[in-house]
Amino acid sequence: MTHIKVNVDGTTYEDEVEPRLLLAHYLRDRLGLTGTPIGCDTSNCGACTVDLDGATVKSCSVLAVQADGSEVTTVQGLAKDGEWTALQRAFHERHALQCGYCTPGMIMAARDLLRENPQPTSYEIRQALEGNLCRCTGYQNIVRAVLAASGQEAPAVAEEVTA
Amino acid sequence: MIPPAFDYVRPASVDEAVRALADAGEDAKVLAGGQSLLPLLRLRLAFPELVVDVGRIPELRGVRDEGDALVIGALTTHHDVMHDPLVRRHAGLLAAATETVADPAVRHRGTLGGSLAHADPAGDLPAVVLTLDAELVAVGPNGRRTIPAREFFVDYLQTVLAPDELLVEVRVPKADGWGFHYEKFHRVAQAWPIVGVAALVRRDNGHIAEARVGLSNMGSTPLRATAAEQALAGAGDPDAVARAAESAAEGTRPSQDPSGSPEYRAHLARVLTKRAVLTAAGMG
Ligand SMILES: Cc1cc2nc3c(=O)[nH]c(=O)nc-3n(C[C@H](O)[C@H](O)[C@H](O)COP(=O)(O)OP(=O)(O)OC[C@H]3O[C@@H](n4cnc5c(N)ncnc54)[C@H](O)[C@@H]3O)c2cc1C
Ligand code: FES
Ligand code: FES
Repeated sequence: MTHIKVNVDGTTYEDEVEPRLLLAHYLRDRLGLTGTPIGCDTSNCGACTVDLDGATVKSCSVLAVQADGSEVTTVQGLAKDGEWTALQRAFHERHALQCGYCTPGMIMAARDLLRENPQPTSYEIRQALEGNLCRCTGYQNIVRAVLAASGQEAPAVAEEVTA
Repeated sequence: MIPPAFDYVRPASVDEAVRALADAGEDAKVLAGGQSLLPLLRLRLAFPELVVDVGRIPELRGVRDEGDALVIGALTTHHDVMHDPLVRRHAGLLAAATETVADPAVRHRGTLGGSLAHADPAGDLPAVVLTLDAELVAVGPNGRRTIPAREFFVDYLQTVLAPDELLVEVRVPKADGWGFHYEKFHRVAQAWPIVGVAALVRRDNGHIAEARVGLSNMGSTPLRATAAEQALAGAGDPDAVARAAESAAEGTRPSQDPSGSPEYRAHLARVLTKRAVLTAAGMG
């Protein structure tokens, strides 16, 4: 067992964990933070994306012991006093989800993009979300939601795909 | 997707890491960014008894300028490599190829040294360091040694590194004035290349004075397309480049897998070499 101390969504936790425990399982099974889902066995889907010390990671591909001493933000830590962020609201208003399984990862990845690039083009949004798979929406509304969250109007569809 | 049990240490220095590796022998594994090792552990394709996490050794990160070469710490992440101003300026080929690796979250964790030590012939970066004539520096219980990239890769997922050796830095000669391009062919946005071609071209009076061509996924190790490199010397127009690129697959032994047959890969190597060299030479 290894001792770890991690701050997750503003709360500090100290635990003894097995080194093989994945951060995704630590968040879900030990801390009960099931807002971060696990969607694959291969590190491909991005559903489990969280923020680790200011950069997105796939929490299924990080050991809990590697997060020792770090700050983790999950999708559950974004809203303040029950108020959604502009990005979360945009996903809701633009129908950027159907089943919602990919949504936490999409939101965390889009948040990472908007921090570095507050006014991305559709193309840049698609590039930034390349590690996040959605089996439902066809991505169009996700891209539109991220554009809306950055205060931009969605361009016409033909332009959107090639821009 | 639960990895097998293992012990874990997190050394604070290179010396401490090498000692931990030497004490554990064959049953220890280095953990860098974990973006290749953790998937293997989860699929139970690797069973180390000890995992040595080198992720918090500060001296292994960052890029410095040493005159005619850049020295890149093995633990420098893909994200940091592709955004580094020195790399962009003096080793643009490496920055361009790194941008095509995986996706942003994987690039935040995965490291240059990890990609090279992992030695997946389908990785993008082994062929790139081979094309840049880089040198790899390793530290083991008997000290430090420098290994030219062309001697580093031995076979599928195999390098000359001993189990108790740590890759510490990658020395990349500056390629100022050379044109470059990395042409990667893959089916979906976030994926390894079916075939990738790295091209580095020095021009003189409108002609190609010297060309280097590296191939990803055309054999069990990254390769240089030596015959095409020779044929490219002196090429002065796109037709000459296209003719030279016809020999890009000579001497290669690409694999058969669901993404393509050896014949298809050889075809891709020729087409992608032509495209990569034309772009690198500014003739595209
Ligand atoms: C979804 C996904 C998509 C990907 N797509 C691509 C892609 O398109 N192209 C591509 O090239 N790669 C791709 N990768 C692999 C990625 O680039 C990895 O980051 C990289 O292969 C390994 O680097 P790492 O630091 O994560 O190494 P780790 O996973 O930590 O280690 C990998 C291996 O190298 C050894 N090792 C690591 N560092 C050292 C060292 N300093 N000294 C000695 N041994 C060491 C480890 O023991 C292990 O055997 C992808 C990965 C994922 C998960
Ligand atoms: S669950 Fe982490 S990438 Fe799919
Ligand atoms: S909304 Fe169902 S996977 Fe994206």
